[in-house]
Amino acid sequence: MPEYAVPEYAVVHEKPRSFYSLYERKPELQHQTHYCPGCGHGIAHKLIARAIDELGIQDRTVMISPVGCSVFAYYYFDTGNVQVAHGRAPAVATAVKRSRPESIVLAYQGDGDLAAIGAAEIVHAANRGEPFTVIFINNGIYGMTGGQMAPTTLLGRKTTTTPFGRNAWNEGYPLRVCELLASLEAPVYIERVALGGNRQIMKAAGAVRRAIENQVKGLGFSLVEILSPCPTIWKMNPVEAQRLVLGEMTEAFPLGVFRDRTKSATVRPAAPPAPPLAEIPRILGLTEGCESTPSQPAGSSDWRIRVAGFGGQGVLMLGEILIEAGLEAGLDVSWLPSYGPEMRSGTSNCHVRLSSGPIDSPLVSRPNVLLALNEPSLRKFLPTVAPRGWVFYNGTQLPDGCERPDVQAVVRPFTEIADRVGDPRAANMTMLGALLGATGMLTEERVLTALRRKVSSGRWLEIDQRALDSGIEAVIKGVSHES
Amino acid sequence: MPKQLIKGNEAIVKGAILAGCRAFYGYPITPASEIAEAAALYMPQVGGVFLQAESEVAAINMLYGAASAGVRAMTGSSGPGMSLMQEGMSYLAGAELPCVIADIMRGGPGLGNIAPEQGDYNQVVKGGGHGNYRTLVLAPDSVQEMASLTELAFDLADEYRNPVVVLADGCIGQMMEPVEFPAAVAEPRIPHWAVTGTADSRGNLVTSIHLDPDELEAHIRHLETKYRRAERKEVRFESWRAEDAEVVLVGYGIVARVLKAAVEQAREEGLAVGLLRPITLYPFPSVELRRLSRRALAFVVVELSTGQMLDDVRLALEGRRPVDFYGRAGGNVPAAEEVLAFVRRICAREKRAREYMAHA
Amino acid sequence: MTALDRGIVALDSEECKGCGLCIEACPPKVLSLRRLLNRYGYRPAVYAGSGCTGCGICFFVCPEPGAITVLRRGGGACQNN
Repeated sequence: MPEYAVPEYAVVHEKPRSFYSLYERKPELQHQTHYCPGCGHGIAHKLIARAIDELGIQDRTVMISPVGCSVFAYYYFDTGNVQVAHGRAPAVATAVKRSRPESIVLAYQGDGDLAAIGAAEIVHAANRGEPFTVIFINNGIYGMTGGQMAPTTLLGRKTTTTPFGRNAWNEGYPLRVCELLASLEAPVYIERVALGGNRQIMKAAGAVRRAIENQVKGLGFSLVEILSPCPTIWKMNPVEAQRLVLGEMTEAFPLGVFRDRTKSATVRPAAPPAPPLAEIPRILGLTEGCESTPSQPAGSSDWRIRVAGFGGQGVLMLGEILIEAGLEAGLDVSWLPSYGPEMRSGTSNCHVRLSSGPIDSPLVSRPNVLLALNEPSLRKFLPTVAPRGWVFYNGTQLPDGCERPDVQAVVRPFTEIADRVGDPRAANMTMLGALLGATGMLTEERVLTALRRKVSSGRWLEIDQRALDSGIEAVIKGVSHES
Repeated sequence: MPKQLIKGNEAIVKGAILAGCRAFYGYPITPASEIAEAAALYMPQVGGVFLQAESEVAAINMLYGAASAGVRAMTGSSGPGMSLMQEGMSYLAGAELPCVIADIMRGGPGLGNIAPEQGDYNQVVKGGGHGNYRTLVLAPDSVQEMASLTELAFDLADEYRNPVVVLADGCIGQMMEPVEFPAAVAEPRIPHWAVTGTADSRGNLVTSIHLDPDELEAHIRHLETKYRRAERKEVRFESWRAEDAEVVLVGYGIVARVLKAAVEQAREEGLAVGLLRPITLYPFPSVELRRLSRRALAFVVVELSTGQMLDDVRLALEGRRPVDFYGRAGGNVPAAEEVLAFVRRICAREKRAREYMAHA
Repeated sequence: MTALDRGIVALDSEECKGCGLCIEACPPKVLSLRRLLNRYGYRPAVYAGSGCTGCGICFFVCPEPGAITVLRRGGGACQNN
């Protein structure tokens, strides 16, 4: 850049300092932009760079450049630069700003980028009130790709993809982004300006500066839409293109402030400070749990358990108590639920393993214990039970067709027993009690410890304990009657 | 640290935070939603960011933003969401940004179902996005590894400045097992190339565009060099009774757990069967497979798919040995007995072949 | 150039792409396109050498970041910060 030193004269307007003096990232013609003669991007860039200079935020600024002609904004802006995928600038800007709240994030987007492919991202960033600044260049055309229709293309206008003119029946109407976003609650500042001549440009300069200043002040989402000429693709000379912005474009996209809450907006509260690193294991709950393997159980055991019932019977919970107690007892454990729609209704089951050796597969295909809380579960899983395995069934007798003389069946009305001690929903605990009583799989002590850890409600803990005891009792009293 | 009984999906988040991850951007999807839920609970408490994005498309681009700003960031998803994230993963790889993506696979194609499957192998391991790039892929087979491989994933992502995928399935994500977390807590660090809105980082640029063909080719060669280095240095696998095996089973994730049980049962029957479990799916343990092929007579690939990793095993073995396949899909997980029945047939076939060769 | 003018406009003929917007906008009409092409084949804008009021309008309408520099006698109200 040449320097001008004329006595008595002072420079009043010059290339803003936030531009590189030489565009070294550009492969050639490094003192010129890559934009066509008369292109609005250059003017918009200049307005942004001036605002950055005036606000003294060059070091803090991160420019997000989009896909489109301005993909190379980073050739020019001597700021931090992130170039992003088509339409995704608001998503990227969201995370940059949240990652570095002190940075000043400017998302620069074109009309195809913001209003078509990135429509979801801009709406949601605006709706969250992300405290960054969007400069939206609307030239009503896809420039870089050679003149296809944009969502903002005026009705009747011929483009390479609307060769007969944009037809509302076919392509819909030009999308008015400011009006759309102004229907949201969160945005602080939304204005539409234009580059159709000096007066409009001076106004645009003020809007750009304000939108950035809002961010410096810590206020929320600000967006400036700039109606901008694209002489090359519009097939006009720059002066004609400028007139089209001033006339037809400004008519179709009324200029003005669509949202201004800069005075009433409050500064977004800062996130709480990060805790010291040493605190993190406690926060993650890692300091609780089973410290070591306290008492290695005598002998080897390999319990392959299937718990099944209908949703709401506490099937998964029963399994969780078992592994919790098993881990305390020094066993290797695993718990695998059936998940998904079963969570809401229908059948529910889980695979539980408790083993004195390391567990290979957590899947239980040949259980040696089946806990069936209802008949369909019994019918489904009984055939899979290994010979000499245990079957616990919630009922008064095994239903027809469920005879398995080679297994040890414990049939009790567990729901009724639970009802007697406080709540029928504790049937899972009466069945667990029966399991302990019949098999001696785990001590009651261990299970109670696990229960205390898993059940936070004092009332339920009491019911569960009673249910567990009555389950044990039920099986000890009557176990000899079972086959 | 004491042993904890937690779900695989929760272990991912705890492992991530211990590894210095301070950002989670994601979109809920079964069977991965517990990842987002755990992140929503813990991230704000550790000075991190949690944000439920408007889509997986937005989520992956938020990772792009967080990674650009030098924050260890992650997301969690499943098949349909992974499909949407492929564009972003290509950009991340192209722009050399590190991040970790957990894919808890479910049934496909289309909406498929939410039961466990391994049908995302191709889109994740081969890269479903455009262009010449790879993602490093780690495949945990236990809740413990959900934690430890997630921690490793962050280190690899930074080391190679590339997305790393933790590829698990609904079983591993949903199941609970004891996990022991390391006592060490990694301190978040800002890499020198990050764009953080400071004077020091003002000259930094994150981009994936290289207009000049020579420049782009040089960039692609540079990426390729990184992938070759990963292939030399980062291959991880578990060999389970494979050294003297005549038939080597190959499987990852929940399948490997089933295969271990099948190997034990086969050994009890006197069959020389072993298991090779790839822990890194890319880079793939091809060299180890070739080494095992010196002794092994046949390989059996088992997957919860119609055969995706199968191609990599075949490419690794280059026709040296027969490669058989046993696959279940749609959310079915084979029982060990079911696999064993198949393996018995392969063992018998190989025995007949050997006897025939001895006669001939 | 005359010392009596309120302003001076300095044009970088190698950055200018000859779009003509400054010429259109200049109130005293002291800018024009040079007949001689620059290195890149554009006809750049040139200053007549006198008559500039230092208003700065050309600077704002110019799409090129550094093609136009405006000087004003004794500085002035719309000076850069």
